Amino acid sequence: MDHRPQAWGRPRDDVYGAYDASFMNPNGPNQATQSPIVTGTSVVAIKFSEGVVIAADNLASYGSLARFTDVKRLRTFADSTVIGFGGDVSDMQYLDRHLTSLAIDESYSAPSLDSDAGGPPKARLNAANLHKYLAKLLYARRSKFDPLWNHLLVAGLDDDDKPFLAAADLLGTTFSAPSLATGFGSMLAQPIMRRFAPDEEAAARLTREQAVDVVKQCMKVLFYRDARSLDSYSIAVVTKDGVDLKENEKLENQSWAFAERIRGYGTQTA
Amino acid sequence: MFRNNYDNDSVTFSPQGRIFQIEYAAEAVKQGSVVVGLVSKTHAVLVAVKRNAEELSSYQKKLFAVDEHAGIAIAGLTSDARVLSNFMKQQCLGHRMTYGRSMPLRTLVDLIGEKAQMNTQVYGKRPYGVGLLVAGVDETGPHLFEFQPSGMTEEMSAFAIGARSQMARTYLERNVESFADCSREELVRHGLLALRESLVQDRELTVDNTSIAIVGLEEPADAEKTKKKTLRPFQLLDGQDVKEWIDASNVPAEGEGEQSGDGDRMNVDE
Amino acid sequence: MTSIGTGYDLSNSIFSPDGRNFQVEYAVKAVENGGTSIGIRCKDGVVLAVEKVIASKLWRPGANKRIATIDRHLGAVYSGMIPDGRHFVDRARDEARAWRDTWKSPIPTADLASRMGGYLQAYTLYSSVRPFGITAIVAGFDPSQPSPVDGEVGRGPSVGPGGVKEGLTHGGPGLYMIEPSGLYWGYYGAATGKGRQAAKAELEKLDLAGEGISLEQGVKEAARIIYVAHDDNKDKEFELEMSWISDVDGPTKGRHEEVPRAVREEAERLAKKALDDDDEEEGKKDDEKMEE
Repeated sequence: MDHRPQAWGRPRDDVYGAYDASFMNPNGPNQATQSPIVTGTSVVAIKFSEGVVIAADNLASYGSLARFTDVKRLRTFADSTVIGFGGDVSDMQYLDRHLTSLAIDESYSAPSLDSDAGGPPKARLNAANLHKYLAKLLYARRSKFDPLWNHLLVAGLDDDDKPFLAAADLLGTTFSAPSLATGFGSMLAQPIMRRFAPDEEAAARLTREQAVDVVKQCMKVLFYRDARSLDSYSIAVVTKDGVDLKENEKLENQSWAFAERIRGYGTQTA
Repeated sequence: MFRNNYDNDSVTFSPQGRIFQIEYAAEAVKQGSVVVGLVSKTHAVLVAVKRNAEELSSYQKKLFAVDEHAGIAIAGLTSDARVLSNFMKQQCLGHRMTYGRSMPLRTLVDLIGEKAQMNTQVYGKRPYGVGLLVAGVDETGPHLFEFQPSGMTEEMSAFAIGARSQMARTYLERNVESFADCSREELVRHGLLALRESLVQDRELTVDNTSIAIVGLEEPADAEKTKKKTLRPFQLLDGQDVKEWIDASNVPAEGEGEQSGDGDRMNVDE
Repeated sequence: MTSIGTGYDLSNSIFSPDGRNFQVEYAVKAVENGGTSIGIRCKDGVVLAVEKVIASKLWRPGANKRIATIDRHLGAVYSGMIPDGRHFVDRARDEARAWRDTWKSPIPTADLASRMGGYLQAYTLYSSVRPFGITAIVAGFDPSQPSPVDGEVGRGPSVGPGGVKEGLTHGGPGLYMIEPSGLYWGYYGAATGKGRQAAKAELEKLDLAGEGISLEQGVKEAARIIYVAHDDNKDKEFELEMSWISDVDGPTKGRHEEVPRAVREEAERLAKKALDDDDEEEGKKDDEKMEE
């Protein structure tokens, strides 16, 4: 009998049979997660003259259950860029921790000349650099058939201090536009935003108040029509002065009067 | 004292707390021909004296581009310099690919400092027998760093390493206050004058033995689009390209009082 | 007193007949030749300061930082062989990152000091490596309020985390000094480098273990002590670098930051003044003596 401490509590081989190593099977086919479990819904963002407005609601759904209602899906990177995550929440957490590590590493090599005001070292990775990095990370993961199941928006400023907004998703697809939205937002919110900012020039003429207004409108429409959304949301405005993040906004002036007129489904009126 | 006992490898401290192998490696740097680096608010310049083994052989290249925004000047064992420069090129390229920006100089220099320090703390390795002047431009402006075999890296306003470089350093110390506001041309001129100080009697700067490299920030061609200065990539000048610079440095500028000579003359070392 | 370690001092990890590792002792000599660095643990924070001797007039002023940040809330400064110091800082940063990856929380100062002590000690065990030629001073402020876990989603139950005992205080300032042998202690005031004797004498006068001093006071004292310690190195110019860490409700909001230029310059002005006053007093004393 094996009396060594490492064998304490071990079921006896002569009673239960030797361990079947084929259960370990390191060379067998592996499968990563096929679908996200706890998810966040749309993220919505629009550029304006001095920066970008980005918003996402505070809900994490567990399938059709509205499970966690205080989940912050807008994450700040180094006080200069906001990333909005849609999709799997555990992957969002992984990316958040990874980016925190990256931000700390970046601050180590921050500018070394005398800072007059003191304070923490300023970020050197701007939104454009960060987006490129994330896109490569997401693409590398998808190429291993083990994606980070997110669709995210990166909002901030680029090298010339101009507003920067770009998307990256679980496949590594990226694009940039004056207004962007993920999930349901790409179908319901984008048409609204495109009316106000059809191209870069129009976006550059929008004021901060107008942009915030458009985004709030989009969040309202999404709450009306997206079955996996919530009326409590976070909104952030990113400019060269930094990030102004409000995390517990409630949708105002909701009008559910249209519900009274609904009879049955679709265009049925009686 | 008993130098011989304590100087066999870089893992032995002498009773005075010195590591002789590192100090000997620094001697190898002093064997190489002189190189000078200077920095202004907008430009970084490297100038070098090249040596040839025999009358008919080619001259050893001293200045190398590491990326479009940075380059190095070497003094010492050329093969060790090659290892470090290949490493730097790979790091810069990888960084540019991942983040879409030029690698910050401090980060790059810290990497080679760390690499060199490792070689001074384990048995079986020897310190790198080369000193480098690393010059480049990143988002915080132009920088010049000195790299030593001990792994010590320090940012300088101007510096010189190699044979008889003390003479060049003396010239630089005398004029260091004026470098920050120099134009590109003035900076190169100072570099060549500093180089002259270190030349052996009866030698002079020629198109064969002089190298110049310049990198800096300049007004972009389309100056209305962006007020920010753009990078003028690292530019290496050899052969006939340096003729006009050498000729210009032979002519004394107005107001130059204390110069070690005037006009066209053979340089004589005191 | 010094015994020549003939024969037993050529290799690391070798014990001499009286139980000493001479290579480690020689490494300590390398530290003693470096610029002075000090740390002061105040009631509400920690201050680090270093005397950077300017080796060349061509040094770019303000560009070569010696005090390093580890994670966001820890600072480290060292005296001795600077490349070894950078190796130390790189390892400390790796340790901090590894801790964060496992525990999703920043590393406490005591744990980092313990890890780094162990790392330095490992370099005294084998003849194929040499001891670090530095003594490092590590400073940190462990937060007194529980901080959110990395990647935290949601706020959790409104009653807060369980198992919290009433009346216990958490966190606070921490200061540790780690020697080439890997030995380390926690300190109220630590000094190393060339001027450490003068600096230690000044630190002892401050009664840091008893009454203690405030962070603002600590910054001024740190500058003054570096100036006093620099007297040993009088013929060389030096640059003073200082950093501080406060609690979440203090000037640095729990982060390790360089002392703002205005505060540093004020502290240096007062330090120079104090030094001049001392000189005047000594001058007066001499005159009185002469008269007698």
